[in-house]
Amino acid sequence: MSLTLAWDPLFRVPLATGLLLAAGLPLLGACLRMREQWLAGLGSAQLAAAGGVIGVLLHGPILLFALFGALLGGVARALTRRARNEHYAVMLLGGWATVMLLAQYGHDANMTAVHLLNGQLYFTSVPHLAGAVLLLAALLVSGHWLARRLLTSRLFPGHFAANRQPAWPHELWLEALLVGGVVLGISTMGVMATFAMLFIPPWVAFRLVRGWMRALVCSAILGVAACLAGFVAALALDLPFGPALVAALLLTVPLRLVRYRIGSIA
Amino acid sequence: MTGATPLLELVDVRAGYAVPVVGPVSFAVAPGEVLGLKGVNGVGKTTLLKLLAGEARLFGGSIRRLPGLTVSHHRQRPERPPELPMTGLEVLRIAAVPTGNLPPRMAALVGRCLDEMSGGEFQLLQAWACLMGPARLVLLDEPTNNLDQEAIDLLLAQLETRPADRGVLVVSHDTTFLEASCDRIVPICP
Repeated sequence: MSLTLAWDPLFRVPLATGLLLAAGLPLLGACLRMREQWLAGLGSAQLAAAGGVIGVLLHGPILLFALFGALLGGVARALTRRARNEHYAVMLLGGWATVMLLAQYGHDANMTAVHLLNGQLYFTSVPHLAGAVLLLAALLVSGHWLARRLLTSRLFPGHFAANRQPAWPHELWLEALLVGGVVLGISTMGVMATFAMLFIPPWVAFRLVRGWMRALVCSAILGVAACLAGFVAALALDLPFGPALVAALLLTVPLRLVRYRIGSIA
Repeated sequence: MTGATPLLELVDVRAGYAVPVVGPVSFAVAPGEVLGLKGVNGVGKTTLLKLLAGEARLFGGSIRRLPGLTVSHHRQRPERPPELPMTGLEVLRIAAVPTGNLPPRMAALVGRCLDEMSGGEFQLLQAWACLMGPARLVLLDEPTNNLDQEAIDLLLAQLETRPADRGVLVVSHDTTFLEASCDRIVPICP
């Protein structure tokens, strides 16, 4: 494919969808990282993919079943109370095994598994774009409220119980955003690229800057820059988008080695 | 203790987790009062604070809280995320602590990220956040752990100048700190 295709109207919706998710998923990833639940991104993504493949086999809507898959992860998290990365490792292994095993039961299931695992950004449509707009809008509108409550829970774990305030509103909202983001992510970028978007930008930003807000902005910038680079590289070199995006994100990892941290101490 | 309605009153309380580990214990904390709990290791002082913070189980007796009572809880081992780019200033803002006119020791601390602080500095920041926030009842569990004398003096000064409507319940093995900071000390017996 030629690089000029990047500006072709056909690719505008995929590019816009990718960029919106590239801004939103790292914000969600920062929340997960702050809670030391960074593996939740991959656990939920694999379960969503498993849901999607089950949907194909049952001749149901793929996205709806993917949503159920990701929700199953949320229920498991709620039942285990304080979910740890070990729980998410079990989720991702279970999701992966389900996808790979069920993919053997028919051509469509196999194709869907390949698309969900590898991504199919170029085939995204207006509903995906609308979903990405909604996700980012929800994150921006509720971000201050959500981050404040999540940070309070993280730094002062007994705060809500001690003050007899419910913690479920922010827990549920984070779960809803994560489920929505993961389903949109796997149906456009693919499982591993979605996880990379949730994991790498905040991981780099947390080391690179001082200040929570700066870290969020830095995460989003890294995500968007990597998405653009991956998109252009995929078109120019005729590569699949998912792996190109992950490669672009991996190129930002050495930034963690920079000794200077952005943001003054004084 | 003053004649004002207590912020908190425990009567014959027995508390624990799977089984009771402490009690029966009775005490009350009045507005403006600093009450200390002392006792040997393992007697259940921390469990009592956890009970008040909703993290331990009540097995018997009763607890009466002033309606709408707000509580802050400084844990014996404050939660310290391994890599979180939050500065001390952001932590204080999250805890709704006024950040103008900070004493020099705190002002020097708040520009740094949590992972750039020593254990003692983080402990001081957490204790400060709980003590200087808007909560009417402050639960301090071993607030002097890892603190140098200058930091302990800073906390003592803040305890002395606390608002008249705020009560503080302190658990500490540091008898000197308890005697210097508390209006009353209640012994917890095995």
